[in-house]
Amino acid sequence: MALQTQPCRISCISFPRISCCLLLVLLFCTVCPNRSQAEVASKTSVKALGSSTKGSATKEDSAKGSSSRAQGVRPTSEDSATTEVDEQIVALINRQIRSAWDENGLHPSKRATDAEWCRRVYLDLLGRVPTVEELDSYTVGKNRSKRQALVDRLLGSEYHNEYVDNWSTQWTNTLIGRTGGRMRRSLISRSGMEQYLRSSFQKNKPYDQLAVELISATGSADPKEEGFNGAVNFLVEKLDDDGIQATTKTSQIFLGTAVQCTQCHNHPFNEYRQNQFWELNAFFRQARVQRTRDPEDENRFFGRIVDQDFAGEGLELYRDDRSEVFLVERNGKLVDRDKERLNAAPVYYELRNGQVRVAYPVFVDGTSLVEKFSEQGAEYGNSGYLENVNRRQELAQLLISVPDFDQAIVNRTWAHFFGYGFTKPFDDMGPHNTPSHPKLLDELSQAFRGAKFDLKTLMRWIVLSEPYSLSSRISRTNAKDDPTLGVSPQFSRFYVRQMQAEQLYESLLVATHADETVKEERRSMLKERWLRQFSTAFGTDDNAEATTFNGSIPQTLTLMNGELVNRACSTGSGSFLDKIANDSSLSNREKIGYLYRAALARFPSKEEIKVCNSLLASRDGDLVGTLQDIWWAVLNSNEFILVH
Amino acid sequence: MQKFPTPQGMSRRHFLTHLAGASALAAPAFSLTQALTAQAATIKRNQKSCILLWMGGGPPTIDIWDMKSGTPTGGTFKPISTAGEGQITELLPKVAKQMHRLSIVRSMSTREADHERGRYYMHTGYVPNPNVQHPSYGSVVAHELASNRRELEIPPFVSIGGASEGPGFLGMAYAPFQVDSNGRVRNAKANVEEARMMDRVQLLNVLERRFVRENRGSAAVEHAKVLQSTLSLLTSNQMEAFKVQDESEANREWYGNTGFGRGCLMARRLVETGVPFVEVNLGGWDLHQNCATGLQTKLPEVDQAMSALVDDLAIRGLLENTTILWMGEFGRTPRINGDAGRDHWARSWSVVVGGGGIQGGKVVGATNKDGTQVTSEPYSSEDLMATVCRAMGISLDRTFKASNGRPMKIAGGGKVISELFG
Repeated sequence: MALQTQPCRISCISFPRISCCLLLVLLFCTVCPNRSQAEVASKTSVKALGSSTKGSATKEDSAKGSSSRAQGVRPTSEDSATTEVDEQIVALINRQIRSAWDENGLHPSKRATDAEWCRRVYLDLLGRVPTVEELDSYTVGKNRSKRQALVDRLLGSEYHNEYVDNWSTQWTNTLIGRTGGRMRRSLISRSGMEQYLRSSFQKNKPYDQLAVELISATGSADPKEEGFNGAVNFLVEKLDDDGIQATTKTSQIFLGTAVQCTQCHNHPFNEYRQNQFWELNAFFRQARVQRTRDPEDENRFFGRIVDQDFAGEGLELYRDDRSEVFLVERNGKLVDRDKERLNAAPVYYELRNGQVRVAYPVFVDGTSLVEKFSEQGAEYGNSGYLENVNRRQELAQLLISVPDFDQAIVNRTWAHFFGYGFTKPFDDMGPHNTPSHPKLLDELSQAFRGAKFDLKTLMRWIVLSEPYSLSSRISRTNAKDDPTLGVSPQFSRFYVRQMQAEQLYESLLVATHADETVKEERRSMLKERWLRQFSTAFGTDDNAEATTFNGSIPQTLTLMNGELVNRACSTGSGSFLDKIANDSSLSNREKIGYLYRAALARFPSKEEIKVCNSLLASRDGDLVGTLQDIWWAVLNSNEFILVH
Repeated sequence: MQKFPTPQGMSRRHFLTHLAGASALAAPAFSLTQALTAQAATIKRNQKSCILLWMGGGPPTIDIWDMKSGTPTGGTFKPISTAGEGQITELLPKVAKQMHRLSIVRSMSTREADHERGRYYMHTGYVPNPNVQHPSYGSVVAHELASNRRELEIPPFVSIGGASEGPGFLGMAYAPFQVDSNGRVRNAKANVEEARMMDRVQLLNVLERRFVRENRGSAAVEHAKVLQSTLSLLTSNQMEAFKVQDESEANREWYGNTGFGRGCLMARRLVETGVPFVEVNLGGWDLHQNCATGLQTKLPEVDQAMSALVDDLAIRGLLENTTILWMGEFGRTPRINGDAGRDHWARSWSVVVGGGGIQGGKVVGATNKDGTQVTSEPYSSEDLMATVCRAMGISLDRTFKASNGRPMKIAGGGKVISELFG
């Protein structure tokens, strides 16, 4: 449904060049009093659009899209061409970003070179640098819309598996951190989480569905267990201590708000109150974690989330042993007057002054379950009985219906591609943290909802936008646009940022063609082992962790002397460097050029060639040894490790 | 490929001399050669240092330093007398004998009872703020003192067995150098021999400089700086300071055969080498369940290591120049919960300080009968930092310009806890 409503929503606000027939639809849309009419209207709009698109949003697709919620705008990966709607959204981004440049007296940097942009987009979409072959085939192209053509390819079926790998990894790290499931006695199955995400991204599952599944999941965390549901891994270790972490992380990840401080006191900078934390927390209190020991390994536990009746904090489940029951008439029916009150399941929290307060499920926008179920009785919504209310399922539906949900994912995704979101940090939004581009964030979020929460579509808009196309070189006219100085990012240049450890790993594999020789299983085992060394868990109940892959000395030491780069620099027979050294079709200069393109997506400068030649001379013409030195230097450079 | 470990005897000076003189190609934008002027590694006496013993997770100080025995909140352990003013838990008998050298501040009162926020606040003196990354105290001290220690070839801020907090707007050059307590620094040996490493670094310099010159912002520059620090470390004899396994068996036993024990021993070695700020991490204090049982395993480890550290520093004459600070991100609830644990509590808790001119044997501040309120002047993270600065001879008038241009007072305007100075 939502693809169709998308043009309506934003067009009303900011599309001067929209076609007449669309505008009519829009007007209809804005006046239609209820949802079903809006749906009719938006279907019409799709037809109007379908006639002018380049064959991708065919009637058949839109029919599919509207008939099944599970299928996104682009139900299959094959169907991945950029549409006119997409172009309109890209134009919207460009217009809003530009107008902020004008307001701030900024001129953007030049466009990035083709090669720079190509490297960037491979890293951000697929999590690795392009191969020399991919880079060359892109840079030789003369087609004016070749950037769009490349994005279509990277988001299409050809690269779908790599896309799935990359985004499963990204989301695994988001949902359970880099240490989740990697510690002894952990209930989390990292591979269970990955499996779930992989199959979700494989189907290009809409983001709202993903969120609902993660928040309300029940079942076993481990793929080997009966009733496996990988989605439970998100919450399986966050429900201890009354579900404080479940509350905090759900809020942070899916609503973009940092509420952890409000568990103890009102937020110091905004209007979040302590009661809101506990009212949100109350939604998680029917969820229980069951743990069983692995019969084969006493240090391993399997976790499972189940929903159970919740009596309320400190209360026993109510057993009805009343000798008298009062019946009253409600909506023409006789009902038990006290039933709901007796079923109500409260949670309690303590104010800083020691007073104790009570909380029932109320969502952050003020919607309470009591209101929602008011027709069933005054306190029905506060019931902890599953037969009355499943609190997490209610939460999931409330959560995906608010604009904060859309804004959180748009901000997160934007930050993935630009290094900065519209707020700093991107998951601490709220009245205390004014976004750099409030209107753009708002409209892009609505458009994303309109596009049925299709993540590939959102990514397409972002990578095809003008700010994403800019060089990372600072010019005299935009030096003040520097978020490291504490100012709001204006995206007038591409902010250089460091690769993630995962990106480095994949890049090295691809650059040295090691991905072609090592079997998939062994590859992921080796990768897992390598990644572990960087993460430290604080061992606290919030599962906090830190990484030494943060540009500090331990990271530099790893790149200089560690096994991964050492292996990439191998000169054994059949190795990457050995093959290049012995490739008789390439001159020495071309060999060096190949290494530079593989790592840096550029040719060596004159000065660099000179140094390389003097290295060759100092090594008495030992070509493979010299190539090894060059490769080592290139892989250790700032230019390699930075996305630019 | 053949592997030649970097020869033990190779000094950084030697390495850099080669590098600088090797060819016209070596003309780095960042000064790798600058350090040539540094004198050989002779560590001056009287250099101030700070050792932070970081109790990650929030230790139940009501069970350790400010006991409420006989009250409902008092817990199971008994207090014992010490060589100083106050009583402490019976599980720290060795530390008790060192308490004439350490003082307890019992009137800490803070607001952040979330781990991440508490950790940030207690390490920086600021609550998290979206617009500025505050430097941790370790980075601040490193920044203030490292410039006068040109002979120091290893990082001025070392964090053992934990991540600490970052350098914020001071930049990655002041980031904590994170190491394990086993004394092995990962990947600290080059895979190739010295001459070849030099060749490689020459080309690397050219690449690094080119990218910095293209004016792509601070990340490229920071990388170059960290590269310089790494090369300095890679070729330094001072790396010996990390080799805690080289200590005599007697010494290792003295500190205890535990991660924290080795960490404390390494901290002493690093302080001797001139490192101005060392953090030693001991996690596992998040005792929501079975608090007493947890303490029975944790406190003996603390007792052994902390008492040895204080005693050893005193014997070596280093204690007068080395400030010790024991703390976590907050304390734990006086109330014992249904799981026999204690939850997060920031309103009234204790820390321990000593050395570097801070008077030992004192008890500063007090809490009420059940430990739920501070009954004397409350102290904050900023006040502690101000006290440490005073002990280390760092002026409290020092201000930094934060990345957002705002001036930022060292120690965030905290006031020195005056009872701790004579």
